[in-house]
Amino acid sequence: MARRDGLLIIMTNYILRRFAQAIPLLFIISVILFMLMQAIGDPIATLGARTPPKPEDKERLRRQLGLDLPVFFVDCQTEKSDLSPGSAKPGLGEKIAHTVTHTHCQFSLYNQYLVWLIGNDWKEIDMNGDGTPETPGKRTGVLRGDLGASLVTRRPVLEMIGDRLPNTLVLMVTAEIIIILLSLTLGLYSALRPYSTFDNIATGLSFVGFSMPVFWLALSLMYLFAVNFRRWGLPYLPTVGMFDPAVGKTPLELIKHMILPVATLSIISVAGYSRFVRSSVLETLGQDYVRTARAKGLRGMVVVLRHALPNAALPFITLIGLDIPFLLAGAVVTESIFAWPGMGRLFIDHTERSDFPMLMGILMLIAVAVVVFQIVTDVVYSFVDPRIRLD
Amino acid sequence: MVDLSPTTSLESIKTSLSPGALAVRRFRKHRMAMFGLGLMILLILYITAGVLLSRGYCAPIGRDVSGEAYANCNDTSLKMQPPSAAHPFGTDVIGRDILARTIYGGQISLLIGISAAIMEVALGALIGLVAAYYGGWVDALLMRIAEAMLTIPNLFLLIIGARFFANALPDLNFFGRELTGNVIIIILIIGLTSWMYLARIVRANVLSLREQDYVSASRALGASDSRIIFRHLLPNTIAPLIVGATLGVAGAIISEAYVSFLGLGVQGATATWGNMLEGAYRYLETAPWLWFFPGTLILFTVLGINFIGDGLRDALDPRSTRHV
Repeated sequence: MARRDGLLIIMTNYILRRFAQAIPLLFIISVILFMLMQAIGDPIATLGARTPPKPEDKERLRRQLGLDLPVFFVDCQTEKSDLSPGSAKPGLGEKIAHTVTHTHCQFSLYNQYLVWLIGNDWKEIDMNGDGTPETPGKRTGVLRGDLGASLVTRRPVLEMIGDRLPNTLVLMVTAEIIIILLSLTLGLYSALRPYSTFDNIATGLSFVGFSMPVFWLALSLMYLFAVNFRRWGLPYLPTVGMFDPAVGKTPLELIKHMILPVATLSIISVAGYSRFVRSSVLETLGQDYVRTARAKGLRGMVVVLRHALPNAALPFITLIGLDIPFLLAGAVVTESIFAWPGMGRLFIDHTERSDFPMLMGILMLIAVAVVVFQIVTDVVYSFVDPRIRLD
Repeated sequence: MVDLSPTTSLESIKTSLSPGALAVRRFRKHRMAMFGLGLMILLILYITAGVLLSRGYCAPIGRDVSGEAYANCNDTSLKMQPPSAAHPFGTDVIGRDILARTIYGGQISLLIGISAAIMEVALGALIGLVAAYYGGWVDALLMRIAEAMLTIPNLFLLIIGARFFANALPDLNFFGRELTGNVIIIILIIGLTSWMYLARIVRANVLSLREQDYVSASRALGASDSRIIFRHLLPNTIAPLIVGATLGVAGAIISEAYVSFLGLGVQGATATWGNMLEGAYRYLETAPWLWFFPGTLILFTVLGINFIGDGLRDALDPRSTRHV
């Protein structure tokens, strides 16, 4: 009992320390991303309207969106001032240019990053541009769960992500389950017959598999199973979207639409992961305790499944654990090709519109997920492998 | 695959080959690596000698042209022609010959792949060496940056990078070819977003090398930091760098293709295998030759490079007894 309590304390301390270390990392990520975001384009310029907006309208919009504030705590502006003596009275020496560049840097506590991070609901903002703040701020900031509103749709970022996340997850989780099952089966089967015909073919194919660009595989599958199957009068698979609008949102439709994107995502990953499982099973099978188990007279399958596989699967658990957070990100290329309304598409569409609150929201969500899952993976790993000590 | 016959191992002891010669020998015995090498030689022949195939009548100009002019000749009356004797790979949406474009596009794709890999290795080696050798806050800062960049999916970083630097460079002349400025941008972005793994490997290697006696000895002899780093530590961590550089070429070619496929890559007349694919999926049904030929060339290149990389990994591992 005492030992278990001790273990629990070690575990809690470890988790707390890891989270404490993760916080500065997330800050670094948010600062780097926020700086990159400022240069991906002017969101106001891409806000579509048939007639170009008037300058004063742009100014008003900037104020409303909080884009008139300095970006960071230190705001630098470079000015060129013309000090040519000849500019006032033309005469001798007027050709000599006296341009001086000044760089003013000033510290500004109230800036876009801070509003993004902790909000502005404690102060009033000057919305109408008359110089006196009158409208109370509504943003509560990322730290209080407010990712801001999309510049394109004006809807909360969190709500838009919430719309897309289930679509991405249904696709990615299905693919991941298939990837895990197939990689384990193929890898194990190969490892039990190393350098056999099956193994050699599997090795060759896996090289082709993970050398395939996603779009090439996706387009080839579409061309074969959608275009040609229809041409040949065979039952063919749909290629675009999640549902056929003519049929409606039935589970069968969803499954039919998922087959090709899931196959695309699975084939490439299985190619790499099955080789990974193969080599770790091969390594384990060569160890002394496996030979001992065999010498004791245990049946071959018991040795493999009960003794070797759990140990061989350990590195694979890490691999999968570190994969999981990236499932949230979806698959940009696959979703684009199959017109799947998921997170990857959301990201691409909003990059084109320079919608930085949206992009920051998606990227920070992924970053937090990655950090959390790294910790979870390490903790789970220490449970399944008693040799690992958390410290 | 594993050759443990006594004759071969005795032979290798008798001749006492240098580690380099042993590596070459192991590489040449690696069947898949030799296949990959053959594939790459064919592809390099295709994009160099293939230039001779790039000639023909260009209707908009009204005379026979050759070289890149033919690859960029858009005869709109011939748009989206299926493969034929005159255009073996067909023509694209504005009537350019796809065969000629895959030849010139291949040169750019390979240029991007090799340059980005060089940049990746240079950055990875430098950052890894500096972090491990100096340790302390330098190490902490560099590794936190690497960690931060690994946290964001690579393609997302590439997309943001492509938007960040879009159209920042003018067109330039490279060996007599006009290149759109964003060829350089793409190289920079891929190089800047891919050094992290190599930096970690190099750092881990150097951390253990740093403690070894020969480093203390050369420090005692008064060697400078840069001499120790570049003459003693770097050569001892060269194997992962060579493998990383090889695989980096494949990674960069694929990255370029993804970014271009999404419409954020190399723009303008300069063809790359990636930007030939842009929008091609809209013609999936009507013109499959638009994506099939450049896509398959990318697949062959990446496959060849991956085979070579695998062979190099086995050949450069000094503990490896395989294929000797």
